[in-house]
Amino acid sequence: MITYSLTGQSAVLPEDRSDAMYHKYEGGGMVIDGPSVLVRKSFLEKFSASANYYVDNVSAASIDVLANASPYIEKRQEYSLGLDYLINKTTVSTSYTNSKENDYLANTAYFGISQDFFGDLSTLSIGYSRGWDSVMKTGDPDFEEFADRQNYKLDWTQVITKNWIASLGLETVTDQGYLNNPYRVVRYLDPTEGRGFRYQTEVYPETRTSTAVSLRSMYYLPYRASIKFEARTYSDTWDISASNYEFAYIHPYGDHWIIEGKYRLYDQTQAEFYRDLIDPLNNEQNTEFVARDKEMSAFSDYSVGLGVSYEREFKTTGFFKKFSVNLFVDYFQFDFENFRNVLVHDTNPGEYAVGSEPLYAYDATVTRFYFSIWY
Amino acid sequence: MQHTFFVLKRTVLVGLVFLLSSCALEPWVKPYERDNLADPIMKLSRDAISQNYMHHVYQAREAGRGAEGGSGGGCGCN
Repeated sequence: MITYSLTGQSAVLPEDRSDAMYHKYEGGGMVIDGPSVLVRKSFLEKFSASANYYVDNVSAASIDVLANASPYIEKRQEYSLGLDYLINKTTVSTSYTNSKENDYLANTAYFGISQDFFGDLSTLSIGYSRGWDSVMKTGDPDFEEFADRQNYKLDWTQVITKNWIASLGLETVTDQGYLNNPYRVVRYLDPTEGRGFRYQTEVYPETRTSTAVSLRSMYYLPYRASIKFEARTYSDTWDISASNYEFAYIHPYGDHWIIEGKYRLYDQTQAEFYRDLIDPLNNEQNTEFVARDKEMSAFSDYSVGLGVSYEREFKTTGFFKKFSVNLFVDYFQFDFENFRNVLVHDTNPGEYAVGSEPLYAYDATVTRFYFSIWY
Repeated sequence: MQHTFFVLKRTVLVGLVFLLSSCALEPWVKPYERDNLADPIMKLSRDAISQNYMHHVYQAREAGRGAEGGSGGGCGCN
């Protein structure tokens, strides 16, 4: 993240700080938690280095897992190293990220340039990243597939008035290779099966290109508080269109507390090849590419979040300048429009006809608790 | 790929227009008028560690991706 001074100085390097976070996602049969540690330090006045260690401890019993596999536990570890170089009003940034789990490896390299202009009222950032993924499958040592990813991004941040700042973002992502989740399956009508359907491995296209455009805005209110608005529109070559909106209110309390509340809405259309249930005799459904990932279906979600931060400066002039303690909790509700709950055939046998199961929905809670220190 | 090249071309053009125009304009918000903008509550993202995590939460559960702000290029962590 590049930080720029808005007080009339030229571009500055990111702040020297370290953060240690405990994160937890719980919902839909999934519990994912773990630590994240981010350390950043400048040197030689023109450089800033950063390192991040992130862990996901996954305990999975989601509907996808329960429908055709057994609950499992796994761990994902991610390491990132970054370097920023500041020269006049230009910052050159580069980073490398390695993510590893027992059945998925991902390496990502990033390069970006940011430039301040209009008397430091505007910042233009252009970035490019390239990713190389290896996809494996537990229980099948011969299975290994690959995917390449490229991201092109542009961000234009603009001071509009002395109380208003906005940022326009554009990002295109292209994926090529094995884009399936090798464990996910589609279901076919099959009267010879006891439940009336059978499963088969999904088949995804091997390319995907997406474009997203976002607008983010912060406004300083007549008293010391701010409001944040974000909107994003998204489309891709799999025929998915999505949009999300977020509104947040940030209110300091006393000299040391900051309270934040937010509301976010998201909705998307389905991928062209998404099918909840396929009739093998129907050529419109039984196509070359088929998927039943609920993330490829039509759905919407909303979330409400509340956060509180306590920040204090150190009185003595030592190495450390200030610290903060932060707690954020978000509640999510997901409602699917054409992804049905097949688990009812196990919990309520014979009650629902195939294809008439209730639509799936779930809620989730996301917690972030972190400590930050500046030096 | 054609779609990507179109976006790239548009990106470069927008960048050039702004860089060329920057020589001619006076800043309309003076440095001494930027106290409110410099307040930490006006940061589009206060804490990178928190922002990066929320992007990961969204990307793992929603098909929409990109243009979230911040640096980097995704984690490839399906």
